[in-house]
Amino acid sequence: MDLKVLVGIFLAAILTENYILNKFLGICPFLGVSKKLNTAFGMSCAVTVVMVIATAVTWPVYTYVLVPNDLGYLQTIVFILIIAALVQLLEIVLHKYMPPLYNALGIYLPLITTNCAVLGVTMLVLEKGAADASFGYVQSLVNAFGAGIGFLVAMVLFAGVRERLELCDVPKFLKGLPITLIAASLVAVSFLGFNGIVDGLLS
Amino acid sequence: MDILIPILIVAGIGLLAGVILAVASVVMAVPKDEKAEAILEVLPGANCGACGFSGCSGYAAALSKGEAKAGLCSPGGEECAKACAELLGVGDVAVEKKTALVHCMGSYDMTSDKMNYDGIHSCSASTFLAGGITSCRFGCMGMGDCAAACPYGAISVCNGMASVNPEKCRGCSQCVAACPKGLISFVPLKKQAVVRCSNCDKGAQTMKVCKIGCIGCGKCMKACEYGAVKVQNFCAQVDPAKCVGCGKCVEACPRHIITLLDV
Repeated sequence: MDLKVLVGIFLAAILTENYILNKFLGICPFLGVSKKLNTAFGMSCAVTVVMVIATAVTWPVYTYVLVPNDLGYLQTIVFILIIAALVQLLEIVLHKYMPPLYNALGIYLPLITTNCAVLGVTMLVLEKGAADASFGYVQSLVNAFGAGIGFLVAMVLFAGVRERLELCDVPKFLKGLPITLIAASLVAVSFLGFNGIVDGLLS
Repeated sequence: MDILIPILIVAGIGLLAGVILAVASVVMAVPKDEKAEAILEVLPGANCGACGFSGCSGYAAALSKGEAKAGLCSPGGEECAKACAELLGVGDVAVEKKTALVHCMGSYDMTSDKMNYDGIHSCSASTFLAGGITSCRFGCMGMGDCAAACPYGAISVCNGMASVNPEKCRGCSQCVAACPKGLISFVPLKKQAVVRCSNCDKGAQTMKVCKIGCIGCGKCMKACEYGAVKVQNFCAQVDPAKCVGCGKCVEACPRHIITLLDV
């Protein structure tokens, strides 16, 4: 297994294939909990953990249960089921064994149950696997982890932007959500600048 | 019959997940503190932190463990304290009613602006510009950060000066944290003299910037028969524990900066 490939996948998931800023998944938490830096950070950490664990479970289920039975079309509903159950299980385990972490993640963990970025990661890694045979289980996990870190980067960056926005003299008709969406689009456009950088770095 | 296989697979995964969750919730059950939950019910749920704990749940947990006293919750007031004491099985607790007070009377008539400020309408933002816009570097700038922070609408800003309505104030201390000048503090809600100035400059300098600010002359200190008034850093201070509200210091003050708190 080539480490270089894994690093490339990891960096690509953060910079060029950022799930928020490039694929526009997970916009709800992106706009909802990015008001403060610490809540944004907590939410992103929870998302990262759930993304990796969800991919770790859904990948074998898809490959060894759904595909042999010709049931690829059940992907969405089965993945939602698995992710929801996983998040609940994770919450119970954290509550029992890591109360400080449980308190820190707080409300964000149950919120992730219906997060489309998590579902998106689990489904898109399978799409990649279908397109490229060398993209296996480990690559999928690295991609999921990178997607989570990319989520964190986007959230933390945007929380910084929003904290600056708080102190800006925004025209009345743009106050609130409109200016937030404009700022989000500008951050997304700035991420376009990373296009091709990963291939260039590792070639 | 082909439809049976997907149904069975999805149902099987669902059943498996359900069984795992059910087992996990029994095996890894966390014992709940029932007393803390009962206390949490009677707390107002404002999560303001006036009690000194991290929100209502933190206070409830501390109460049930006996680490905190009942009656620290000022938004809940007397009713809440009684309910908590009942749940804990301790006797009645006295709740000292208190109110926030802005220690400044520097309205537009008394102070002047030292700049033509055209920036963001916020006290905390304008303090970055040469320490604020008013001539008095200690005084209220009247842009209402405290009023915006107050969840109960108890603070109004009028004529460049914030004032607290004691009837509406629930003592949550949001305004204390919001004021960049630290002008707001809590005083017990009783008849007493309060110094409505926080200027620590020497008298001559205070005279220059404010028509009403405390010059630290000490007349109030001499007038007080109970030793409740002291002058520190050229600014008078009243000890609420010693003040009986006789009003002698109010009469003696040449700057009329000491007032009696109406109850």
